[in-house]
Amino acid sequence: MIEIRWHGRGGQGAKTAALLFAEAALATGKYIQAFPEYGPERMGAPVQSFNRISDVPITLHCGLHEPSFVVILDPTLMDSVPVTAGLKKDGKVIVNTSFSAATIATRLGINASQVFVVNASQIAQDTIGMDIPNTPMLGALVKVIGTLDLNGVLEDTKHKLEQKFRHKPQVIEGNLESIKRAFNEVKNV
Amino acid sequence: MIKTTYAKGKVVAKTGNEVMAEAMRQIAPDVVAAYPITPATEIVQIFSQFVADGLVPTEFVAVESEHSAMSACIGACAAGARTMTGTSSQGLALMWEMLYIAAGLRLPLVMAVINRALSAPINIHGDQSDTMGARDAGWIQIYSENSQEAYDNMVQSTRIAEKLQLPTMITTDGFIISHCMEVVEILPDEDVKKFAGEFKPERYLLDIKRPYTLGAIDLQDYYFEHRFQLADAMNNAIPVILEVAQDFYKTFGRKYDLYEKYCMDDAEVALVIIGSAAGTAKVVVDDLRSKGVKAGLIKIRVFRPFPAKQLAADLAKLKVVAVMDRADSCSGAGAPLYTDVTAALYSNANAGLPLPKVVDYVYGLGGRDIDLDHFHEVFARLEKIKAGGPIGPVVEYINVRK
Repeated sequence: MIEIRWHGRGGQGAKTAALLFAEAALATGKYIQAFPEYGPERMGAPVQSFNRISDVPITLHCGLHEPSFVVILDPTLMDSVPVTAGLKKDGKVIVNTSFSAATIATRLGINASQVFVVNASQIAQDTIGMDIPNTPMLGALVKVIGTLDLNGVLEDTKHKLEQKFRHKPQVIEGNLESIKRAFNEVKNV
Repeated sequence: MIKTTYAKGKVVAKTGNEVMAEAMRQIAPDVVAAYPITPATEIVQIFSQFVADGLVPTEFVAVESEHSAMSACIGACAAGARTMTGTSSQGLALMWEMLYIAAGLRLPLVMAVINRALSAPINIHGDQSDTMGARDAGWIQIYSENSQEAYDNMVQSTRIAEKLQLPTMITTDGFIISHCMEVVEILPDEDVKKFAGEFKPERYLLDIKRPYTLGAIDLQDYYFEHRFQLADAMNNAIPVILEVAQDFYKTFGRKYDLYEKYCMDDAEVALVIIGSAAGTAKVVVDDLRSKGVKAGLIKIRVFRPFPAKQLAADLAKLKVVAVMDRADSCSGAGAPLYTDVTAALYSNANAGLPLPKVVDYVYGLGGRDIDLDHFHEVFARLEKIKAGGPIGPVVEYINVRK
C-alpha cells in the first residue's frame, strides 16, 4: 500500500488534488482512499490531505502517520510545518519550488535522493493562468511514484474536470497541459 | 480492474455523503425536508442540486431548523409521502421531541445520520454520541463501516421502514466516512427503484375516502397499548431486516446480517465494535491471526433492535471480549454498547451457558484517532486476561490524556 500526504494552504487545492489523484488511481485499477484533515477552514492556513493506494481493498480508517510520499504545494510550509514528520526511511518528498533538490534536501535535513522538485507554480501560471499548483503536482507525483499510467490519469482527470468545470471549458486543457509538463519537468537534482 | 459484485454495478470513487445522496436520488422519495449541518451538509446540498437539476422529482422543503425538518417530514409521511431527511449531531439533538413523535405515530421515515460529537465543547468530528442518545426513541438504527455499507444500507432502508412502519436511521461516521473518498459500487437507478418498490401506506391522511385521526390525545386508557405496539414492532423487526438483507444479497450479491462476524469461528478473544474503526481493527485481527492468536471481531450493523439473543449465543464461545464504544453514556456504569452487550449476556447466565469476561473501552470521542497500535494494546490485554491475569478496571478510556 502506498500512503501519501499532501501539504498545502487553504485555497491551494490540496484536498482537490488528493481527490483527483484517488479517482485517477482508481481508473488505473487500484483501490483508493482520499481524505482531508479538517480544521478551521481559512484561506492560507496550513492544511493536509491524504491518499492510500492499494492493490487490495483498504479497510483502514485511521489517520495516516507514516507516508511514503509527501507532496508540498507551498514551499513556505517547510518553515512552519513539520512536513517530513513520520516520512518512511526511503520516503520521497516532492516540492513545488524553483530551488534544486540538493538545496531543499539540506533545508529539510534528509537525503538528496529523497527529494524531487518541480516549479509547479510557474507551470500553473503558464498553463492555467493562475498560481494553482495542485494539478501540476499531480503529474509530478505520478512520475515519482512510477507505477501509475500517465495516460490513464490524464483521461480520468479530463473526465472529472469536464464535470466540475462544465461552465468553464477553457480551464480543462490548461490543467491537463500542466499535469503533462510537471510529469516531464519534475527532477531529482 | 476492480470487479463489481453485481453485473450491472459501476465502480466509482465517491465519499460517504455523495453515495448517501446518490441512494436518495435513486430511491426518489416524494418529499425531503432538511436543514444542513456539518458533516452531513453535503447530503442535503447534493440532493437539493439533484432536485434543482430535475434529476429527481422529489419535493424538497428547505426548512429553518432541524426541528422543522423532522416536523415537515412527519407531516409529509403522515400525508402518505415517502419521506427522507439527513442530519448530524446538534441537528439530531434539535429534532429530539419529533424523533419520538415519528416513532409513536409509526411513520416510516428514513434519515441519513452522519455521526458527530455533541457539544460542549463544540466539535464537528466523528463519534456516535448523537445516535446513541437516540437509541430509545423507537427508531431502527443501522450503522455502516464504510461508504459501500452506507450506500447499501440506504438502498435497503425504505423497505425495512415501510414494512415495519418504523422510522429508520442509517448512520456512518462523520468525516472518517462522510468525507473520505473510497471505492464504491453504485447500482443502476432502475434496479434500485425496483428493489425499493412503491410506498403503499396502509392509511394516510390525504386518503379522503378513509379519513382518520393521527396524533390525538391518548391518556390512561390507550397510550400504553400504543406504546406496547411500538415495542412489539421493534421486538419483531429482526426477521424483516434479515429478509430485506437476504433479498439484497440475492439481487445485488452483497451479504448483510445483524452484525458481521470476522474471524469468529474459533476465536477466543474478540472485539464488539460499531462503525468505521471496525475496518482498522480487522487489519489488527489479520495480523494477530498470522501470529497464531485466535482473535476475532463482531461489527454491529443493526443496533436497534438490538440482536441480543444472537449476540449472546456468539459471544458465549469466547474467553474474553472487549466492547468498543465510540460514545459515552456518562452513566457511571459503562457506555451504551457495553451495557447492551453485558445485558444480553446475562441471559446466558440464566440459561447456564458459558460467559466470557467482558471489558469496555470508550474511544475516539470527537474524532480522536484510534489506530493499529491501540487495537494491538486492547488485544494484548485480552490475551493477558485469557491467560488468567487480572481484569483491572472494567471501563477504560483509550488514547486520552487522563
